[in-house]
Amino acid sequence: MQPLIHIENMTVGYDRKPVLSNVNLQIFDNDFIGVIGPNGGGKTSLLKAILGLIQPFEGKITFRSDINFQKKPIGYLPQVKNIDRRFPITVFDVVKSGLMMSLTKESKEKTKQRVNDLLAETGIIEISNKAIGELSGGQMQRVFLCRAIISNPKILILDEPDTFVDNRFEGELYEKLRKLNENMTIILVSHDVGTIAGYVKTIACVNGRLHYHSDNKITQEQLDEYNCPIQLISHGKVPHRVLKNHIL
Amino acid sequence: MNSPIELLQYDFFVKAFLSAIFASISCGIIGGYVVAKRIVFISGGITHASFGGIGLAFFLGFNPLLGAVLFAIFSALGIQFFTKVAEIREDSSIAIWWSLGMALGIIFVFLTPGYTPNLMSYLFGNILTVTKSELWWMFFLVTIVLAVFLIFFKPILYIAFDEEFARTAGLPVTLFNYIIITLIALTVVLNIRVVGIILILSLLTIPQATANLFTSDFKKLLLLSTVFAFVGSVSGLIISWMLDIPSGAAIIFTLVVVFGVLKLVKQFVR
Repeated sequence: MQPLIHIENMTVGYDRKPVLSNVNLQIFDNDFIGVIGPNGGGKTSLLKAILGLIQPFEGKITFRSDINFQKKPIGYLPQVKNIDRRFPITVFDVVKSGLMMSLTKESKEKTKQRVNDLLAETGIIEISNKAIGELSGGQMQRVFLCRAIISNPKILILDEPDTFVDNRFEGELYEKLRKLNENMTIILVSHDVGTIAGYVKTIACVNGRLHYHSDNKITQEQLDEYNCPIQLISHGKVPHRVLKNHIL
Repeated sequence: MNSPIELLQYDFFVKAFLSAIFASISCGIIGGYVVAKRIVFISGGITHASFGGIGLAFFLGFNPLLGAVLFAIFSALGIQFFTKVAEIREDSSIAIWWSLGMALGIIFVFLTPGYTPNLMSYLFGNILTVTKSELWWMFFLVTIVLAVFLIFFKPILYIAFDEEFARTAGLPVTLFNYIIITLIALTVVLNIRVVGIILILSLLTIPQATANLFTSDFKKLLLLSTVFAFVGSVSGLIISWMLDIPSGAAIIFTLVVVFGVLKLVKQFVR
């Protein structure tokens, strides 16, 4: 099977300083990859390279030939903390912006219907005309998830979708992602290994380099071995630490 | 005393009235973008830097507005260059160009032999002395701004809101940013005669703040800003004539009063 995305010997970073070196990764249809690692380890750089926002210094990323870039193949949910919450824009317009160039030929009414359908399905139709500044963290996250998936992308990329979100919505979010995963390849960055472990199919640990696990089991020993200063936390009813904290 | 309607029989007043309309449309729309994108300070830098061009034009004897346009665009690019290429922090880059332009302006004006009579009207504006050719330029500007914002409304909004997301969708973000910064430069310069270099930021921000009291929808914000800019500049113009005070200052004072009153009303009504 040909991979959807093929990353070969990629080195990437900012301002001529490499953050992530020598990455090799193949992403296939219906993969659900959890990307974990410490802050500054290169999680976001990996996503941005795949999105084409930053260019690799070395190596390359190739997409399978059937991916049509005219149709906006990648849905993206950026870190919500980077969004200007006081920008004068309504929920409806934010979600509509997910369609951007992909459906310019569609009629106005049809576009409106699509946005409203998705908002209704997500249970946020009543906030459609609200300014984004008036929303709660959970609502914000839902709005930006809608923006990411409204174009029906083949690949969905999420950068820490669980920040500012309460536990109840967190569960809902991952259930929703599990459903989306039936039709989409998902790449998810999170700092919360314990939570995502139950949902993702594979794990990539990113800390200057990338270590790939072909299943969703990861042990503290492996993390130690990769120098991955992450704490494994298990979430039952009450979050608790399952393994000892280890030193950077 | 004549009633304001009778004023329309005077040629100078008709011109002032027209320039108030044109200024309201271009500043209302461009200001809405500037405020939403939080680039008020950049706009201030570009405006003040344009004074260097006015000084140079006085010194060499060509049209001051042409000099201002050149300096405004040059400083806009200069700020970008300092920030992105020379890695100077953005607010410092802005301050450098802001003060450099003003300094050059002062030097050129000082070196210009003889008295420069209408320097004050560039610094503080005088809507009553706007000439016919300047009116035409303002009209062209309004046409271009309206055309760009009508045709490209969606990409402009999406890029302003979330540049990175727009990039992932394949929008030509850099191209749009250059077009918009050029429009900002043209808008501040061509409206300098209305309220002046020092006061132009008010037309880009106060009507927008007032509009923002009533809507958070970007399209409505641009429309309402234009309306408030128009109300403020025309009533300011009439007040300046009645009280015989400088028009630029009267317009801004009116804009602030309208904002203040509506803000208070909204506070109490709620």
